[in-house]
Parts: sequence; structure tokens; C-alpha cells
Amino acid sequence: MSKARISPLRSGFVHLALAGYTVIALFPVVLTIMNSLKDKNAIFRTPLALPTAETFSLIGYTTVLKQGDFISYFQNSLIVTVVSIFFALLFGAMAAFALSEYRFRGNALLGLYLAIGIMIPIRLGTVAILQGMVAAGLVNTLTALILVYTAQGLPLAIFILSEFMRSVSDDLKNAGRIDGLSEYAIFFRLVLPLVRPAMATVAVFTMIPIWNDLWFPLILAPGEATKTVTLGSQVFIGQFVTNWNAVLAALSLAIFPVLILYVIFSRQLIRGITAGAVK
Amino acid sequence: MGSLNLKSIRKAFGNHEVLKGIDLEVKDGEFVIFVGPSGCGKSTLLRVIAGLEDATSGSVQIDGQEVVNTPPAKRGIAMVFQSYALYPHLTVKDNMGLGLKQMGAPKAEVDAKVAKASGMLSLEPYLARRPAELSGGQRQRVAIGRAIVREPKLFLFDEPLSNLDAALRVNTRLEIARLHRSLKATMIYVTHDQVEAMTLADKIVVLNAGQIEQIGSPMELYNKPANTFVAGFIGSPQMNLIEAGRLGEGQVKTIGIRPEHIKLSRDNGDWKSKVIHVEHLGADTILYLETEIAGLLTVRLFGEHRYDVDDIVYASPDKAAMHRFGADDRVLR
Repeated sequence: MSKARISPLRSGFVHLALAGYTVIALFPVVLTIMNSLKDKNAIFRTPLALPTAETFSLIGYTTVLKQGDFISYFQNSLIVTVVSIFFALLFGAMAAFALSEYRFRGNALLGLYLAIGIMIPIRLGTVAILQGMVAAGLVNTLTALILVYTAQGLPLAIFILSEFMRSVSDDLKNAGRIDGLSEYAIFFRLVLPLVRPAMATVAVFTMIPIWNDLWFPLILAPGEATKTVTLGSQVFIGQFVTNWNAVLAALSLAIFPVLILYVIFSRQLIRGITAGAVK
Repeated sequence: MGSLNLKSIRKAFGNHEVLKGIDLEVKDGEFVIFVGPSGCGKSTLLRVIAGLEDATSGSVQIDGQEVVNTPPAKRGIAMVFQSYALYPHLTVKDNMGLGLKQMGAPKAEVDAKVAKASGMLSLEPYLARRPAELSGGQRQRVAIGRAIVREPKLFLFDEPLSNLDAALRVNTRLEIARLHRSLKATMIYVTHDQVEAMTLADKIVVLNAGQIEQIGSPMELYNKPANTFVAGFIGSPQMNLIEAGRLGEGQVKTIGIRPEHIKLSRDNGDWKSKVIHVEHLGADTILYLETEIAGLLTVRLFGEHRYDVDDIVYASPDKAAMHRFGADDRVLR
């Protein structure tokens, strides 16, 4: 920490800017939660007002919990997200370790090839993916989503993790080799714990798009048994009538699991982002 | 138990040849030091011995057994790294015991050996700590302890003192010398610091550009350098290397004279010269002279002497201590 004195005026401006950004970032979230606790008339009449004793209503939440199988939607979303993160991290870390640790022909080229996925959105391949899933009989299964999301998460995971793994000291790995650790043991017991902050960063960046995705659940797994939360809340959005209470309540509920996962990862995350820059 | 035999070791990275045919024999219990400027291949050679790098060609024998295709853990070696390379998530005790545990030694044996090694290095108070809670010197002692616990045939040290500050370096150096005496183990040590090399080694191997320049005991290298490279590398301050033509000697290309083998006088002597810089070190006084005949000259006088810049002095080399090198830079006997 720098001990240099900063003038109160300057730090005031900094805090003003940060506070302004915080307000802008939180506004839609707060608005959603606020309105999910009001009755329908209040949502339309005074959308910016806090719920009062008259306008307070849990109708949205009761609708959501009654209608459809919301618990199972949540379950589906959680399974898909957690399993996809797990596989993206596992395979991404493995590929990153190979790319950073071993010298072989075409190493740089392979690294570039694996990173292309960051630049080209996976949705361009939707038709081919759908055909493939149909052929494999995986349509309307969570497996289909997990496979797609793992593939979607891999490029970023490999890109970030291979950079971090290059910074793990060679001496440490060599010490492990001399002590008789296998390459797997070196990977799992020495390298992975050291790149944990980077893993948390990758987990967060991978998690949010998966949790929020509507596209692939809609195309690959629209069946009732495999609906995710984002897809499930669409039930309440009709062409002519939209049940805003229910939509807002569903969205508010959908925020919490991400929030919890984020809190779990965030302490590591900050270290991950600043590592290398500070030190 | 602990001899090493290297035969025509070659190592190339792509088209760049780092080791150009190294032959070396190390006897049981010897302390051998590889020394050379950075990039001379000394660390690579150590890694080849350890099995962390594969030699492009050549043979490595430990105790008469060919180990080129043996993984590092099975070669019966232990290595101490410059960066300590301790496992950050393990305690000191687990760091030291991991190698034995991996070999499947029973827990009681591991504990006994760790206790013995930590006793030798006075590490007992720190056994439960993690490496992050130790100072640099303590970390390096743990790394040395980890090597001792394995009871290897060969100890390999890769610049183990480079990360320590000057005072600790001297202490740890003494500790390593003491360990070598008490363990009577074969040790191979890489450094670029010639003081470490001179003080620790039974045998020094001077490497330059992937080749061995000379092998010998510290005093052999100091008194009888085989060529101008070794002459210039061993000894501090450096040996004066003077173009022989200036001194009118035929058949000789270079004449070498150590700074401590030159006498100074204010009145008369062989080479008239002007003082251009003086360093007072207390025990020594080092003078840099611009001579009329021999060019730049370093002179080392023992004790304190009052000389100032621009003084005119006469330098007289001790003729018997001169080294003569031929056109191929090798010494003429």
C-alpha cells in the first residue's frame, strides 16, 4: 500500500466516480428486485418507487413457485453450469499445462488454434451442433448443453491458464520430478494449487454466460424436463400478455445462485486479476 | 557409492549446440564444482546428469550404471535449486519427507530421517511451518535438508547461494562444506561465483561455450591455468593478460601475470606507469595503472598503501610467476 498522502479533493472525485458507476451498475438489479415485490398496477404506475404497504405483494413469487416446475429449472441450470465449469476448468487446465510445459512440434500453432474460439462465437455453429446432437440422440438432454458449454468455455480457460502456468517455476516442477511425482501428480498437486486464482477468474468468466444463456437451451433442450431458469422464465413472456410480476420474480430468484458462486470465487478472483500486475 | 561418469555428452536446442562433447569422471565422495560464465552450459550439464534434460547423445553413468533412460527419481540423486523450489502448500516436514514417501518408505523411517536431517541443519523449530513463513536462508536450508533426507548417491546443487545476501551466503557456504565432510557424499555444484568454487571444491571444472576448458584442484587452476580463459576466469582481481609483442617476447602471444605478483616502487622498476584509480579495501589496496609498455595493469598490494591518482610509479613483475600462452591461447610449458 502506498503511504503517499492523496489530497481529499482528489480522493473525493475518485469516490464520486466509483459511486456513480456503482449506482449505474446496481440500478437494473435493484429495480428488478424492487418491482418483483410489488403488485401489477404498482409496477406500471410507479416503477421507480419502493414497495409500500399497499403495493407490496408476493404474487410474482407465488406464481413462479406454483407455475411450472421452477425448482427443477433451477436444478437444471445449476447442474449445467457447475458441470460445465468443472469440465472446462479440468480440460482447459490440462491443455494449458501441456502447452506451457512441454516442447513439441506445433506447440505455438496449437495454442493459437485453441484460442481461436475466443474470437469466433460458438453460436455460428448452431446448425451443425444441432444436427450433431440430433444424430447423437442428445437433443433434450442436459448432456447436450454441458458439452456445448464446455466447448464454449475451453478457449478462454486455455488462454488464461496457459499464461499463468508459464509463470509457475520450472524448478518446482523439476523438484517434484526428482522426488518421484508423476506428471499427473505434478499437475494436480503442484501446479493446480498455484494457479487457483486464475482458475477462479476463469470460472467466473465462464459461469455467467452459461447461466444467462437462452440460445442453446431454447434450441437444444427446450423440453419441460431439461428447461433452465432463463428458458423457464420465458413462459411468462407472452406475445400479447406478459406476466411482469412472475418474470421479475423469476429473474430475481435467478440472480441469487450466481451471486453465491461469485462470492465463493471473488476473493480468489481479485488475486487472479491483479497477479502479475502487482507483485 | 556415488561415482559419476560422463562420456561425450552433447546437447543441442534446435540448431544451437549448448554442450559440445563433455567427458568427465567424478570419484566417490568428491566435491566437484562446475564454474563458468553464464550461458556456458553448466546448468544444462547438471540437468542432464539429473535427467531433467535429455542429452542429444552421450552416456551418463552413476555408480557404473547407465542412467540415460532412467527417470530422475530413480537415479539416486537429489537436487537443490537456486529458487529453493519448496512445495508452497506443504509444511517443512512434509517438504523434506515427500521424496521418501513417494518411494513408499514406511512412515517411521521417513520421520526418523527427517528428524536426523533437520537436526543437522537446526531446522527443528520450523518443522510445522510452511515455506512462506521462513526467511531465505531457512528456505535454502530446508531445500538442502530435503536433499539429505533422500540419502542420494549424488547431491546436485544448482547455484544454491545466488539468491542469498552476502552474509548468509558465507554461512550457508560453510554449512555445505561441513555437510560434505560429515556425509562424505559425492556433490556436484554449479556456480558462476569463483569464490564459492575455490573455497568448496575438491575439483573444479571450468566450462566455456559448452566445452571443458580445464579440470583441476583450486590451486592447480590458480597456479597452472591451461589457457588464457581459465587464467582470466580464476582469481580476483583478474590476471593481467598482456600482449607479448609489447614486451618483445617472440613465439609467445600473451603473457599473464597476477595482480598480486607485481611489486611497486616510486623510484625504479621495469614498467614506468601512472596510477589511474585506487581502491582501498583495508586488507588489500588495488591499483589500476596505465603503463608505458604493457598497457593497462591491475596491481594488488597487501595492506594499506598511500597512492594517489596521477602518481608516477614503477611496476616490476615477478618473472617466475609469469604465465606464457602461445598462439592457440594454450599455456607454453
